[in-house]
Amino acid sequence: MEMKEQVREPDFVLEIRHLRSSFFTRRGEVPAVNDVTIQVPRGKIIGIVGESGCGKSMTAKSVMGLLKYPGRVVSGEILLEGRDIAGMKERELRKICGNEITMIFQEPMTSLNPVIKVGKQVSEALLLHHRELSRAQAREQAIEMFRKVGINEPEKRYDCYPHELSGGLRQRVMIAMAMVCRPKLLIADEPTTALDVTIEAQILKLMKQLRDEIGMSIIIITHNLGVVAELCDYVYVMYAGKIMEQAETFELFDHTAHPYTKGLMDSIPRIGSNAEHLHTIPGVVPNLLHLPKGCLFSNRCPYADDRCRQERPELYQVSQQHCARCFLLEKTGEEAEAHG
Amino acid sequence: MRIFLKRLAGMLVVLVGVVLLLFIMLRIIPGSPVTTLLGERASQQVIDRMTEELGLNDPLFMQFLRYVGNALHGDFGTSYKLNRPVSALIMSAFPNTVRLSIFAALFAWGVGIIAGIISAICKNQQRFRLLSSLIDRLFMGGALVGVSMPVFMTCLFLQYFLAYRVQLFPLSGFDQPLSVVLPAIALGWNSAGTVARMTRSSLLEVMQADYISTARAKGRGSAGIILCHALKNSMLPVVTMMALQISSMLSGAVITETVFGINGIGRLAVTAIQSRDMPLLQGTVIFTTILVMLGNLAADTLYSVLDPRIRREG
Amino acid sequence: MEEKKMDLSQSQQEDLASQIGDENGVKDTLLELLLHNKLAVFSAVVILIIALAAIFAPVVAPYSFEEIDPMARLSPPSATHILGTDELGRDVFSRLIYGSRLSLLVGILPTLVSMFIGVVLGLVSGYFGGKVDYVIMRLADIMLAFPSLLLAMVVMYTLGSSTINIFVALALINWASVARVVRSHTLSLKESEYVEAARSIGVSSGIIMLRHVLPNCVPSLIVLFTLNVPSAILSESSLSFLGIGAQRPAASWGLMVTDGQQFLFNQPWLCLAPCVAIMIVVLAFNFLGDGLRDVLDPYMKNQ
Repeated sequence: MEMKEQVREPDFVLEIRHLRSSFFTRRGEVPAVNDVTIQVPRGKIIGIVGESGCGKSMTAKSVMGLLKYPGRVVSGEILLEGRDIAGMKERELRKICGNEITMIFQEPMTSLNPVIKVGKQVSEALLLHHRELSRAQAREQAIEMFRKVGINEPEKRYDCYPHELSGGLRQRVMIAMAMVCRPKLLIADEPTTALDVTIEAQILKLMKQLRDEIGMSIIIITHNLGVVAELCDYVYVMYAGKIMEQAETFELFDHTAHPYTKGLMDSIPRIGSNAEHLHTIPGVVPNLLHLPKGCLFSNRCPYADDRCRQERPELYQVSQQHCARCFLLEKTGEEAEAHG
Repeated sequence: MRIFLKRLAGMLVVLVGVVLLLFIMLRIIPGSPVTTLLGERASQQVIDRMTEELGLNDPLFMQFLRYVGNALHGDFGTSYKLNRPVSALIMSAFPNTVRLSIFAALFAWGVGIIAGIISAICKNQQRFRLLSSLIDRLFMGGALVGVSMPVFMTCLFLQYFLAYRVQLFPLSGFDQPLSVVLPAIALGWNSAGTVARMTRSSLLEVMQADYISTARAKGRGSAGIILCHALKNSMLPVVTMMALQISSMLSGAVITETVFGINGIGRLAVTAIQSRDMPLLQGTVIFTTILVMLGNLAADTLYSVLDPRIRREG
Repeated sequence: MEEKKMDLSQSQQEDLASQIGDENGVKDTLLELLLHNKLAVFSAVVILIIALAAIFAPVVAPYSFEEIDPMARLSPPSATHILGTDELGRDVFSRLIYGSRLSLLVGILPTLVSMFIGVVLGLVSGYFGGKVDYVIMRLADIMLAFPSLLLAMVVMYTLGSSTINIFVALALINWASVARVVRSHTLSLKESEYVEAARSIGVSSGIIMLRHVLPNCVPSLIVLFTLNVPSAILSESSLSFLGIGAQRPAASWGLMVTDGQQFLFNQPWLCLAPCVAIMIVVLAFNFLGDGLRDVLDPYMKNQ
């Protein structure tokens, strides 16, 4: 992992600018992603961290055009190498998804079609985007990719149905499916949450290795700060649909600025710590239908004062690569212009 | 294969139960069938001889064993009323019922599945919301109306409008090539509604599944997703449903055959009841039940072809 | 298969719920949800109107169901006879109103009885398991193997054709599907911790079934009830149509169709009017049942 403090070159594979995605329910608009700006440099691994329901999956689905009715992207830009894919027609977007951007889902158990052979599901991705390939060629490449992601006896596995494979194997198949077109960006939505710890480590190692080999960027969505520490170059912390803090991984862990991030870090159980009980963040995530007037975290924040309950803080610069959305930083940092 | 054999064994148990239940039900009636057979004024002597001849003096269990034994040789007794072997009567009616049911099933499943798919697509469609939700509602309302129509109503409406008002099809009988059309539609109408509703709800549910998101993330278009990924999965519950439909279709066939004057098993059963012809009723009901079971077996087989999870376990 | 689907839809619901923060207790009540389904409400009103008409038939109907007007045989719909008259000169509309009594009764009473039988057998079967379970479930298999109309016909053959016997027949033959649903509920509840807990402190089986298992089946039972009522109504009309149900001169919709059938081409209202009446009642119950199912029991959709 790079530790050098260097100015990031502006070569972003993906830039999400002021994205807002909402569900439209009978009781009103539910902004699950609220003015989110994220930048993904080429070849880097970006983490998005937060509790469940904080909008991290919604962000990923917005990028992939996977929001289901009644959810949709309301405003903002999603730039893939400068092209805005948020405003693209379905047909054009489909050419990009699965080819230039691919995605891995949380549940390897349910993310594979149970009635189609796994190999076919992988080569399907190839055939969709590379019309020039024959079925046999697609099969060959899929098997090659199986081998690359560490599936034993790839020829045999090619003809298996998903229920015949273990969870770890299925996730490898999912990764193979995502990698087979050699994408520029891989979005992994909680890729290891459903897996055993040992398998988790293997899968994370595999993803890193593939990143190095193929040189793509990865967005990892997780609630697990351990995964972040292991894998990510840069981290965004989300809460109630908004980015609360963003920093390079080591900076985030060393100089945690936002009370919410602190809360998350304190919630990690540590061996050898004297704490009698596990630290938790008191309270619950605010109802997105009725967001508090002030800071979204104010109802759970130990430092919250009247101002926090009345006004929403902006993102303040903590250091060069580090911003946080908290009034505590107002004195030290200055407002980051346009988050970036 | 093992599952298949297990199924077959289970079916045999049920079949024996069916025959036994039927046998008991048809024999706990007050009064001897002989009286029905010979009329009230027959002399006691004749009645006694007839009772002896039919073996009605034996214990019920003996009668049952004899019946099963004979049935295994294809002998279901002789019809009281028509004075012909029940098996011969059934064999002459059987092809008609099968033909009627097959056409009805083709109509029901074809129309039902297509309507269900269209409806589900319209429900999920996000452009042209108004139009597509209108189509969806129209189809599903129509399906529920279809489900709510008694079979004889469909029969009579079709007869009145398509055979009498507009003389497109023969009014009754089963001898012309076109005469199968109206009875088949009438009989399939109900099931079409059920299948359409089932297909729609199943397809909508499958469309929510994670693997559909995977397929979309892969870059599959909407049509490809439905055809390659959703349809096969969504057909699984529909196939189970179809098996149940076979039974209700054979129920409906009783009415359809009666209204359209088709010489089928259902009409035989009605005749049997009206003339209190016990062997004939018994034979027709057993035969229909066997048809239902065979249909279920076919559906099970189809299910295991569609679902690899079951196929490999067997 | 079934279970898997449940997990899926559940996780999705939770997903959406957590996204919009629904767990904070902003849930609609059942009634509110049902009222949201306009068709279901409308159907309930229709059923209510028909039920009132059936109860107060002598007041509502312009004529008695047996009243013969020899001057006006087979007269087409007119101001004096809204839906015309039949071959004996009886008012079709009045007979329809009287006929609704039989249809509603035959829909509700036997269904209640058969559900009672089904609930008891299902509870016993699921709770005790073993041989009892095997016997009851094979019996249910046997009942379900018959096409339902044919089974009803056989029972009518045994009992003899009469109006009362329709009730008996329908009560006897429709329990099997109820028993299966209750059994599967019981099986899953039996493993639940609170039933285990109750058993461990020595609560008797009967009490456990009544207090803990049965209440959990109620939503499914309500839905099953609204769906079994129309099928019972259809069975009665089919039996009467075949001449092995209600006997003349009773006012039964199915019987009216049979009697009108010979006049189908010249006096179509005679048999088409009762057909439409049956359809309306059945449709209303089906819409209501659908609405209830969406609210009470989303997991039953595929059963």
